Amino acid sequence: MSVLLPIWFFSERDLFETQRLRLMLFFFPLLSIQQMQFMLLFSRQGKLRLQKWYVPLSDKEKKKITRELVQTVLARKPKMCSFLEWRDLKIVYKRYASLYFCCAIEDQDNELITLEIIHRYVELLDKYFGSVCELDIIFNFEKAYFILDEFLLGGEVQETSKKNVLKAIEQADLLQESQNEDWGGLSEDIL
Amino acid sequence: MEAVNLLSSNRYTEKQIGYLFISVLVNSNSELIRLINNAIKNDLASRNPTFMGLALHCIANVGSREMAEAFAGEIPKILVAGDTMDSVKQSAALCLLRLYRTSPDLVPMGDWTSRVVHLLNDQHLGVVTAATSLITTLAQKNPEEFKTSVSLAVSRLSRIVTSASTDLQDYTYYFVPAPWLSVKLLRLLQCYPPPEDPAVRGRLTECLETILNKAQEPPKSKKVQHSNAKNAVLFEAISLIIHHDSEPNLLVRACNQLGQFLQHRETNLRYLALESMCTLASSEFSHEAVKTHIETVINALKTERDVSVRQRAVDLLYAMCDRSNAQQIVAEMLNYLETADYSIREEIVLKVAILAEKYAVDYTWYVDTILNLIRIAGDYVSEEVWYRVIQIVINRDDVQGYAAKTVFEALQAPACHENLVKVGGYILGEFGNLIAGDPRSSPLIQFNLLHSKFHLCSVPTRALLLSTYIKFVNLFPEIKTTIQDVLRSDSQLKNADVELQQRAVEYLRLSTIASTDILATVLEEMPPFPERESSILAKLKKKKGPGTVTDLEEIKRERSSDMNGSAEPACATDGSTPSPSADLLGLSAAPVTNPAPPSSTNGSLLVDVFSDTAPAVAPLAPGSDDNFARFVCKNNGVLFENQLLQIGLKSEFRQNLGRMFIFYGNKTSTQFLNFTPTVICSDDLQPSLNLQTKPVDPTVDGGAQVQQVVNIECVSDFMEAPVLNIQFRYGGTFQNLSVKLPITLNKFFQPTEMSSQDFFQRWKQLSNPKQEVQNIFKAKHPMDAEITKAKIIGFGSALLEEVDPNPANFVGAGIIHTKTTQIGCLLRLEPNLQAQMYRLTLRTSKEAVSQRLCELLSEQF
Repeated sequence: MSVLLPIWFFSERDLFETQRLRLMLFFFPLLSIQQMQFMLLFSRQGKLRLQKWYVPLSDKEKKKITRELVQTVLARKPKMCSFLEWRDLKIVYKRYASLYFCCAIEDQDNELITLEIIHRYVELLDKYFGSVCELDIIFNFEKAYFILDEFLLGGEVQETSKKNVLKAIEQADLLQESQNEDWGGLSEDIL
Repeated sequence: MEAVNLLSSNRYTEKQIGYLFISVLVNSNSELIRLINNAIKNDLASRNPTFMGLALHCIANVGSREMAEAFAGEIPKILVAGDTMDSVKQSAALCLLRLYRTSPDLVPMGDWTSRVVHLLNDQHLGVVTAATSLITTLAQKNPEEFKTSVSLAVSRLSRIVTSASTDLQDYTYYFVPAPWLSVKLLRLLQCYPPPEDPAVRGRLTECLETILNKAQEPPKSKKVQHSNAKNAVLFEAISLIIHHDSEPNLLVRACNQLGQFLQHRETNLRYLALESMCTLASSEFSHEAVKTHIETVINALKTERDVSVRQRAVDLLYAMCDRSNAQQIVAEMLNYLETADYSIREEIVLKVAILAEKYAVDYTWYVDTILNLIRIAGDYVSEEVWYRVIQIVINRDDVQGYAAKTVFEALQAPACHENLVKVGGYILGEFGNLIAGDPRSSPLIQFNLLHSKFHLCSVPTRALLLSTYIKFVNLFPEIKTTIQDVLRSDSQLKNADVELQQRAVEYLRLSTIASTDILATVLEEMPPFPERESSILAKLKKKKGPGTVTDLEEIKRERSSDMNGSAEPACATDGSTPSPSADLLGLSAAPVTNPAPPSSTNGSLLVDVFSDTAPAVAPLAPGSDDNFARFVCKNNGVLFENQLLQIGLKSEFRQNLGRMFIFYGNKTSTQFLNFTPTVICSDDLQPSLNLQTKPVDPTVDGGAQVQQVVNIECVSDFMEAPVLNIQFRYGGTFQNLSVKLPITLNKFFQPTEMSSQDFFQRWKQLSNPKQEVQNIFKAKHPMDAEITKAKIIGFGSALLEEVDPNPANFVGAGIIHTKTTQIGCLLRLEPNLQAQMYRLTLRTSKEAVSQRLCELLSEQF
């Protein structure tokens, strides 16, 4: 009897990337990574609005994590606690109006301060857009990313002062506008 | 591609969009990285803070190894340069942190490190925040170099804690001064033991006291953000107090503070309080203080609506348990088990089993608890748990009669769990005689009771029961004929399962021909087990990771001596070594009184009640050497195949790291049971090669395939190859096979291109006779130049064209990467078509490496 088994069912690159992070964790166990692993924003309907990954993962893995997490978080009742253990990570989430903000941190990390990271980010968005709503994030997603980059970098808090973050963004905006004047418009095919 | 073009634009908008695209969409391994790196380099050199910021953000977002290679040297300079803008410094610090996490080996330590530490004194709190993150991570790896950060961090923390809420302007968050920075500083201090300098130490204690005091003050705001930020700092301070574990006063205060939180109306705080208290419970100073909250915790277990909070409560109960409250806690846990969520049942079962054993003063209580456990959650009681109860009963003769009586009573329930039948069968087989005096549990009644469960049980349990029956023959000669009738029946003697059939046949013969003396010797009571670490504990550790249960281990050791003490001498009878299989803690090694019935498939039968896996490692499977050789020049393919099993490999290596996927395919239509593949490194190999494997599912369904991942790290050069041993049961037979795993030194090759001139220059440098190894051998395969080329490339070295003056010869060069060193290798292969011979010459900087590579490559042609 000879059964042909589907041994090679995914591509080689895929293979390596998926597990890169785990591999690193294996080889540098001393280096306990204490940082945010990723941040997701999704709506009550489960639509992903923003994603930021601070650890390298393949797209396939990212999709899987997102799907699982959105389901888990949406299934939780309002009065439950904002932290939950998921795989070997801790999830900290909070709901603002129709949006869920959800961060994955390491086991040893401080949950409450992460909760306030979320809040500070919401404040920043709110201040920048002027009472932010889901649509602002959908249509100005690039701004949302820039604000996040100014606030958090590589999964660590970079600047906690609201003023300083917004100043940086406004400066960038100014630069953009001053250039817009002498400039015919971005060619359509770029994005 | 468009995005990369955008990066080089001078327009801010275009650049920004380009960076955004790359940050979001480019994976860290993309080929575009090289192009991107160029654009980033220009921006970093631009001295325009906005552009530099964008570039640094991009590096931090992508954070690949290629990026680390390109920028790890550059960024520290930006970070400590005097004229760098604050915002750029912040980005640079975190960017460097990201690169350090990705590739710590590429970030050079140097004089910049001391200057980074001084960033803790920076005027700009944002810079301090960013720098603290970086320093914390660096200090974890290089504590000595960053020692000075302790006193700086303490004084910074002290300034923050004592500042009025308005002092720090925008860094005050809902009336809490710089909460993020405080948390980070406290985290940094957790990398070190308590400061030695009494002044620094006193100042730190003051800080921690202030933080604890503030928790008692009335809140300055009703907003949840205020209390969250305040408590975030408080919890981090408590973590530090627990980490130092040296100030009893602070520990008790922390515990009282957490006690208040246990009843807080915020679910979040209750959750965190339970979590922190778990660690507090392990400190000798605060253990007692934690125990005072037992009622609250038990209440939480009953009333919390959120399963994650209840889980924390279980953890805490487990942590606070000691001899004084064990009975109460175990009872509460058993209570909770009946309604517990399925997801956490197994863990609770393990915890109950451990606590019951550890704190048992009275072993009847222990037996009751475990039987209860099986009754309530039989499905979640793993083998380790019931193995353990049998082991304890056998080792303690004061509890044997009680155990026999209790299991006998428990078995009378109309429906009982199979695990109970197993425990019952075993205990009655050993100690049934202790209760046989009572007419209500006469031998025949015992036998009938067990046999009434027989047909409902799975094959392993039935096998166990058959062993019990033969023990009964010895214990109660009066029911010998009844038992013989059962053994003789067709359903036993002609059972489809080989194991059952064999047991029935052998036991029947044994009972007929052996004299009572022989029978009594063969079926003597089990000798006590040598004490080992409880396998339940091992299992819990595996589940929860090390660390969480380590404190138990020590107490365990002290316990084990009084539990097993008297029995110790008796078990020193046999010289057999403990088997590596995780069976009943030594059952496989226990009795020396092996019967000698016609032994057939696998060894003695009376003893293998539990030891399904033979301990010995099978010799290498035939033909595996051929296969091994094929894998020297390739990474993927089928490593081994017989009628039952196919083993496929897929592997990838980078520098000194690698990852191998092993695919086990079950070619039959029957399940493989107890499927355990093990990768074995010989003692010589172990220091040079780090292998990490993940366990695989012990059952492999017919036609199914399971995958196992092996992570590989080459520490230094090595000769041998690891061996993959696979053991499993297929239909009642035990299979054991070994193959060499093709992890060879050449896998860590990195090809190097070089010109003819370079090559010969290096070749001459390696002229020491020890560095050269030459082999002349006969060709085993047709001598085809193209195939040879492919093999040399597959071997891992670069194939250098037009280097050798004779175009028929092949020349290669490469570097072997190991964790400790890199070894340059040059090779030359000269074919002689007429003689059908080759001459292979290798020159490397290390004798052993030349030798090994020559061996490996010679096999290929």
